[in-house]
Amino acid sequence: MNPGKILLVEDNPDDVTLTMRALKSHNITNDVIVAQDGVEAIDYLFGTKGRPAPTDLPAVVLLDLKLPKLNGMEVLQRIRSDERTRLLPVVILTSSDEERDVMDGYSLGANSYVRKPVDFVEFTKAAQQLGLYWLLMNRAPPSPRGP
Amino acid sequence: MATRDWPIKRKLTAILLLISGLVLLLTSAAFVTYEVVTNRQTIKIHLATRSLILAANSTAALAFANEADAAEILSALKYDPHMVAGALYRQDGRVLATYPVAGAADLIPAAPEPDGYRFEGGRLVAFTPVAQGGNQRLGTLYIASDTKAVSDALRLSGIIAIAVLAIALLAAYALAAALQGRISEPILALAETATAVSTRQDYSVRAPKFGADELGSLTDAFNQMLGRIQEQNKELQQHATRLEQRVAERTEELEHRNEALRRNAAELLAANTELDAFAYSVSHDLRAPLRSIDGFSQVLLEDYAAQLGDAGRDSLQRVRAASQRMATLIDDLLKLARVTRAEMRTERVDLSGMARDIVVDIQRTTPDREVEFVIAPGLEAQGDSRLLRVVLDNLLRNGWKYTSKRPQPRVDFTAVEENGNRVFVVKDNGAGFDMRYADKLFGVFQRLHSAAEFEGTGVGLATVRRIINRHGGRIWAEGAVDKGASFYFTL
Repeated sequence: MNPGKILLVEDNPDDVTLTMRALKSHNITNDVIVAQDGVEAIDYLFGTKGRPAPTDLPAVVLLDLKLPKLNGMEVLQRIRSDERTRLLPVVILTSSDEERDVMDGYSLGANSYVRKPVDFVEFTKAAQQLGLYWLLMNRAPPSPRGP
Repeated sequence: MATRDWPIKRKLTAILLLISGLVLLLTSAAFVTYEVVTNRQTIKIHLATRSLILAANSTAALAFANEADAAEILSALKYDPHMVAGALYRQDGRVLATYPVAGAADLIPAAPEPDGYRFEGGRLVAFTPVAQGGNQRLGTLYIASDTKAVSDALRLSGIIAIAVLAIALLAAYALAAALQGRISEPILALAETATAVSTRQDYSVRAPKFGADELGSLTDAFNQMLGRIQEQNKELQQHATRLEQRVAERTEELEHRNEALRRNAAELLAANTELDAFAYSVSHDLRAPLRSIDGFSQVLLEDYAAQLGDAGRDSLQRVRAASQRMATLIDDLLKLARVTRAEMRTERVDLSGMARDIVVDIQRTTPDREVEFVIAPGLEAQGDSRLLRVVLDNLLRNGWKYTSKRPQPRVDFTAVEENGNRVFVVKDNGAGFDMRYADKLFGVFQRLHSAAEFEGTGVGLATVRRIINRHGGRIWAEGAVDKGASFYFTL
């Protein structure tokens, strides 16, 4: 069984490093693809001129909200409005605790909303649980392009 | 036009003409009557005289029944053109002779009538006895005279009367026209003035005075009235002007204030938007470096524990604690900011029930401490339930926190009446505070205890005060060191 990949959309390299470490330290060895801004995330999911879209969609997208170029909400909107990625699990993983962001996230079709704890021990726990849940426990929707 | 609608000039003229005409008419009638009566009297006397003369002359002719003599005597009547007929009757009533000799039979009665003079069919007739020697009657003399003299007199006097009447009436009319002005002019002037006043609202006009009679007094009274009205009008206008001025001033003032309010509102809105953006960026951007500090400290602790040694590990633990504390501070500050800008939804709030919920939550999360909470039943208030929950949560948790060093910790939530206002009280028997610093309790980041003594960020009571203020209420505290603290608030 192929447990799938994780698409981590995060512009802060520190957060990327810490998230990767948290995931790895709990034996979540899946490929983690990092997109450093919204445009990169969209390009990965839908392909560009030079590089086609991946045959397999990631098992989950961990999406930060405050991103250069396209922000997280815009990325989510694009994902939900495309037939290919309409059902792709998206977890918003952000520093924001704003009610408005939580509301907007769920309104646009996010599957989950997790606030990044400052305490790294807590953060590691959260990342571990997210990885376990979305990669191993959750049954992903059938890929529209898959065999 | 009905008589009563005539102009006063015509009425006066008509009255004068009517009176003078009536007087003249009566006078003329009297004059004409007098003329007629006098004339009739005159012709009667003439006829009587002539009758007596002729009767005296006729005695012989009658005594001898001499027709020729009788006719001769009667023919003398021709000298008087007014005599139209005459006859001599014998004693037995038969006609002896007539005048004129032939014809005029219709003017001569067949038989003599009773003696006397009378007017008959436009003529004056006389039947006179012809007697001899004073007592022996021989026959009757009849003569008839026309009444032309009377009608002539009547005509003449009539013409004179009419002429006099006409001239007199003309004179009366001229005089009336000239003299009625004395009465009508002041009245007309008054009427004209009154019309001018009522149509043009011009109270400055005055009616001209023509004399010191009753009309003069009326004019004076009218003018005085106008004067008073003019004065009052002037006063009224002055009042109106002052009023208008004040209204204009007030309006301008209000507009200024409105403008200021609008500016303030716009500034507030801008400030709020700015605050919003600020809070958002604090929430997101300030936490990210903290996460890095905490995360990489943990990385060091995990990966390089051996190299760090006890002192190094302790330092890193302090770095982590500090960064986590800063995260709490940021969160508390954000809460404070949210309290400030959150929209208020006012409703009836069951404060007692809310306090019980909070106490249950406190006791559930900290089962290791035993604090007696006493909550008065039925406490209610009008306000935003989410914000009021923040208030009660802060105050009750404060009570819980500052009683931690008491053997029998107790927190009360009650209400008292003060000057007719309901004042809510959260009272504890904890560490209390020095009243000298009471005003610092509600400031942001202001603490009366060290973090080592009691944990805290110094934002809680600032948040509470802001919520109370937003509800239009007031909050204050009383206490003494080691004697507990009481927090009073109104809503």
